[in-house]
Amino acid sequence: MIVRQSAGNQEMYSSMNRPLTSELIAQLQSGETTSRQLVENSLRRISELNGVLNAFVSIDADGALARADEIDQRRQAGKPVGRLAGLPVAVKDNMCTIGLPTSCGSRMLKDFRAPYDAHVIQRIVAEDGVLIGKLNQDEFAMGSSTETSIYGPTRNPWNADYTAGGSSGGSAVAVASGMVPLALGSDTGGSIRQPASFCGVVGMKPTYGRVSRYGLVAFASSLDQIGPLAGDAWGATLLLECISGHDKRDSTSLNVERPDWMSQLDSSLKGLRIGIADEYFVEGLDAEVEQSVRAAIRVFEAAGAEVVPVSLPHSKYAVATYYLVACSEASSNLARYDGIHYGHRAEKFSDLVDLYSQSRGEGFGTEVKRRIMLGTYALSAGYYDAYYLKALKVRRRIREDFDKAFASVDVIAGPVSPTAAFRLGEKLDDPLAMYLNDIYTISTNLAGLPGISIPCGLTKARLPIGLQLQAPALEEARLLRFAHQYQQATQWHREQP
Amino acid sequence: MATPEYTVVIGLEVHVQLRTESKLFCGCSTAFRPDDPNTQTCPVCLGLPGSLPVMNRKAFDLSVQTALALNCEIARYTRWDRKQYYYPDLPKAYQISQYDLPFSSKGWLEIAADDPAEPPRRIRITRAHLEEDAGKNVHDESGRGADSRVDLNRTGTPLLEIVSEPDLRTASEARRYLEDLRSLLLFIGVSDCNMQEGSLRCDANVNLHVHNADGTRTATPIVELKNMNSFRNVELAVEYETRRQWKQWLKTGQKIGEVPKQTRGWDADRNETFGQREKEESSDYRYFPDPDLLPVTTTVEQIEEIRRSLPETPAVRRERFRSVLGLTDYDTNVLLSQGPALTAWFEKVSQLCGDGKLAANWVTQDILRDLNADGVTIEEFAVTAEILGTLLKCIQTERITTKSAREVYAALRSDAAEEKAIAPADVDRLITERKLEIVRDTGAMDTAIAAALASKPEAASDFRAGKQNAIGPLIGMIMKQVGGADPKQVRERLIATIMAGA
Ligand SMILES: [Zn+2]
Repeated sequence: MIVRQSAGNQEMYSSMNRPLTSELIAQLQSGETTSRQLVENSLRRISELNGVLNAFVSIDADGALARADEIDQRRQAGKPVGRLAGLPVAVKDNMCTIGLPTSCGSRMLKDFRAPYDAHVIQRIVAEDGVLIGKLNQDEFAMGSSTETSIYGPTRNPWNADYTAGGSSGGSAVAVASGMVPLALGSDTGGSIRQPASFCGVVGMKPTYGRVSRYGLVAFASSLDQIGPLAGDAWGATLLLECISGHDKRDSTSLNVERPDWMSQLDSSLKGLRIGIADEYFVEGLDAEVEQSVRAAIRVFEAAGAEVVPVSLPHSKYAVATYYLVACSEASSNLARYDGIHYGHRAEKFSDLVDLYSQSRGEGFGTEVKRRIMLGTYALSAGYYDAYYLKALKVRRRIREDFDKAFASVDVIAGPVSPTAAFRLGEKLDDPLAMYLNDIYTISTNLAGLPGISIPCGLTKARLPIGLQLQAPALEEARLLRFAHQYQQATQWHREQP
Repeated sequence: MATPEYTVVIGLEVHVQLRTESKLFCGCSTAFRPDDPNTQTCPVCLGLPGSLPVMNRKAFDLSVQTALALNCEIARYTRWDRKQYYYPDLPKAYQISQYDLPFSSKGWLEIAADDPAEPPRRIRITRAHLEEDAGKNVHDESGRGADSRVDLNRTGTPLLEIVSEPDLRTASEARRYLEDLRSLLLFIGVSDCNMQEGSLRCDANVNLHVHNADGTRTATPIVELKNMNSFRNVELAVEYETRRQWKQWLKTGQKIGEVPKQTRGWDADRNETFGQREKEESSDYRYFPDPDLLPVTTTVEQIEEIRRSLPETPAVRRERFRSVLGLTDYDTNVLLSQGPALTAWFEKVSQLCGDGKLAANWVTQDILRDLNADGVTIEEFAVTAEILGTLLKCIQTERITTKSAREVYAALRSDAAEEKAIAPADVDRLITERKLEIVRDTGAMDTAIAAALASKPEAASDFRAGKQNAIGPLIGMIMKQVGGADPKQVRERLIATIMAGA
C-alpha cells in the first residue's frame, strides 16, 4: 500500500492482504488464528497507519486484548461464543461507550465520557465482538469529508491527499486500510455510503428504525441511522444482523421480526427488476463514475435482472429539503451543549447568557454553527411554515416518489456520489459544493429507506467508485442479496489501496 | 345597586404534578427529595448525549383520566412538541410539551357563584396538556455570591397544564375555582396538590373590561401574575391587580394590544404585585414536533375504559351525600373541603352506624375539633372509624344517649392519650362499666322516683306551685340510681308522678 502525503514525501507500507470477515471467522473456527492474534494485527496496523490516515481517535488496546483472551479461552474450552466472536470491531465516535470518550469530533465533547453504552455497543459485546476503539468523523457528523473534526482530517488510504468522505470517514478508512474488518458508522444523509464509496468498501444504511439509536449522539433524529461498514456484503450482513432488532429505549425503533438475511444472500437475481432513475444521471455526474455504475447495472442484467426506468421527480428538491429538516432538528438536538451540565465551558463569562454564548462559540466549529443557525432560523416564528413545514411536505412527496417507483421495481440503482473522492480542503470553504456531494444519498434518509454502497470500479487515478442500491423499507434482504451476487460476479471489492 | 364601572376578566393556568411512580419519559422515581439532589436521575432525564425519551403510558392515561373528570374532549391523536429555551434547570434546552395538538380540550369545571342564591358557574377549560417538569435551580442566598446549583430530581416529572378560559369574574371566584380543582384532583387521586412542594402551581391572567357610557366595553392590557404560593395569595393578588389596573386605566387609558403583555410577581410580604421581565423577549420557543417520540393515538375503547375507572368526583359525591345520606350542603362542604382521606373516614363511620347525619355531626364537630387540637391527620387519629362507627351505632339503636356517647368517646380519647391501645370492643366495655345503657325498665325508674320524692317531699309541692326548676335536684338523685336512664324520660315520668299525686 502506498500512502502519498500532501507534503510530497512518499512512504511505503508493507502491502497487506486485507482479509474479509468470512475468512477471519473461518480461521478463528479452524484454530488457524486466535482473537488475540487478530487484535494484535489490528493494533499493529493502526500503529503503522493511523499517524497518516487518522482514522482512530481513541484506542482501548488493553481492554481489547483482555477481551480477546477471554473469548479465545471460551472458544478453546468448547463453550458457546457469539456471532462476532473474537473479531476486532471499531465504532464512530458518536456512539456512547463507557470505556472510551465519546467526542463526536467536537471540542464541545472532547473530554466527555458517557456513563452508559449505546444499544449497538451492547449488541456487539453480546455477540463477542472486540471493541478496538473509536473512529474519526466530521464534527457531530455534519460534513461529507471528515475534515471538520477537532482531531484533524482523516485521509483516504487510496491517496492521502484525498478525503475519506464523511461523515463516517474514520469508519470507512479503518475497514479499507485493514485496521479492522468491521466498523459501525452513522448515516444521516449519506454519511456511511459516501465514505464507503470513496474508500472502496461496503457501507449500508438500514431502514429508519431498524437499528436502535439509543446511545447514538443525535444529529438529526428523524434521519440518523446506524449501519455497518465491511469489506464485502457478507461482512456487512453479519454485523447488521447482530445490531438490528427492537429496542424499547428508542421509541422510533421498529418492532418487527429480524429476518435471516444471511440465508438469502445466495438466491439468484433472476426475474428481479432494477429501477434506473434519470434523476440520478444528471449534470455534474462524473463520466468515469457514470461509466462504472452503468457497467455494474449490466452485471445485474447478465445475472438475470431486468432494467426498468423509473422516475423520482422530486429528487431535485432533496438537498434543500434535507438541509432544512436536518438543520432544524440539529439546532434543537445540539442546544443541550450549553456549558452547564457537561462538555466545554468557557473560562471567562460575565453572566448566564454570556456563559452560554461563549461556551457554544468556543465549543462548536464553523460548520456546526452554520447548521445550528440555519435550523434555528427555519424554526423561528414567522419562518416555520415557509421553511420547516414546507420541507416536511416536500419530504412526503419524495417518499411518495419512492412508493410509486417501488411499485414496479425491486431496487433502484445509481451512483453513491457524483464524483470519486475529492482533494482535502477542496470543498471545505464552499458549503454548497459540499452539500451537493450528498445529492444521491439524502433521499434515502428523507424517505426512511435502506440503501447500500458497494465498490464498483476505480477511476484512472485509482480512486474507488461506489454503486448505490436503494430498496423499499424493511427490504434490506434484497439489497444485501444484490450486493452479494454482484460480488460473486466481480472482484471490485477485492481491490486494495 | 349602581352599575359597575368595569368587569374583571380572569383566566387561570394551573400546573399539576401527576402522582406517577416514574417520570414521564424515563423510569426514574418522582418522589420529592430536596435533601438528596440529583439522586433520581438517569441519562434520559439528565439529557445526556445519545439518550432518548420513551413515553410513560401510565402517566398519559392518568392525565386522560383527569381531563375526563374535567369534562374535556380527548384527542384521538396527539403528539409531543419541543418547547425550546435555555435555562440551567432544563438540561436538554427544550421541554417536551404539547403545542398545537394537546391531548384534551374543551372541558369545564362547575363552581358555586359568589352569591349562594345564584346558580353555579360553569368555568370553561380551554385545554389540558401534558409536559415534563424542569429541575430546580438552587441559588446561593447568603449574598456571598457562591455558585448556583441545579437539582434535576424533578426534571421529567409529568406535569399537567390546565388552562381555563377567561371566565372568572372575581378574585373569590378564582380562589374557589382553584379550591374545587384541587379538591377534584385530590379526590380522583392524580396529584397530592402540595403547593409548598410545588406539585400545584398557578398563574393568573387578569385584565378589565371597562364599561363605557355608550354601552361598549374596552379591554385593558392583560397582565400575567406569577409566584403566588397559596390560593389566598391568588385571591389577594387578583384583588390588588384589579385596583391597580383600574387606576392605571384612569391614568393612561391604555388598551389591550397597545403595550406588550406584562408579567407581574406577587410580593406576599408587601401585599402588592411588582413588574417582572417583559414577555416579548422570550416569546419564540421555536416549537416543533419531537422527532424522538411517536404521536399518541387513543381509541374510543381506551377512553371509555379510563372513564370507567374514574373515581367518584367531588361533584358526584356531593350529590350522593345530599340525596342518599340527607346531609346539608354545609356539612357536605365541610367534609369535602377536608379532602379524600377524611371523607372516606366519614363514609366508613356513616356505614357502620347507619346514620349519615349523625356521622356528619360527629365528624364535622367533635372529630375535626380534636384533630385540630391534637395537630394530627385522620390517618394518625387514635379513634378509628371502626371505633366511632361502633359508638354511634349505639346512639342510633338508642342503646345509649348522646351524652353517654360523649362520655365514652372522652374515655377512649384519654385512654389513647395514655398510649393505651383502643379498639371497637372498648365501646361495649365502657358502656357496661359505666352503666350507661339506657334503662327501659320503668319499674326501676319508678322505684327511684318514689325514693327521691320521699326524701324531698317539698320539691313536689314547690313544683306544683309553679317553680319549674324545683325538680332539678330530684332528677339528679334519680339519675344517680339508674345511670343509663334517659334524662328526658326521667323528667317526663317524674312530672307525671308529681302531677298524679296532686
Ligand atoms: Zn431519568
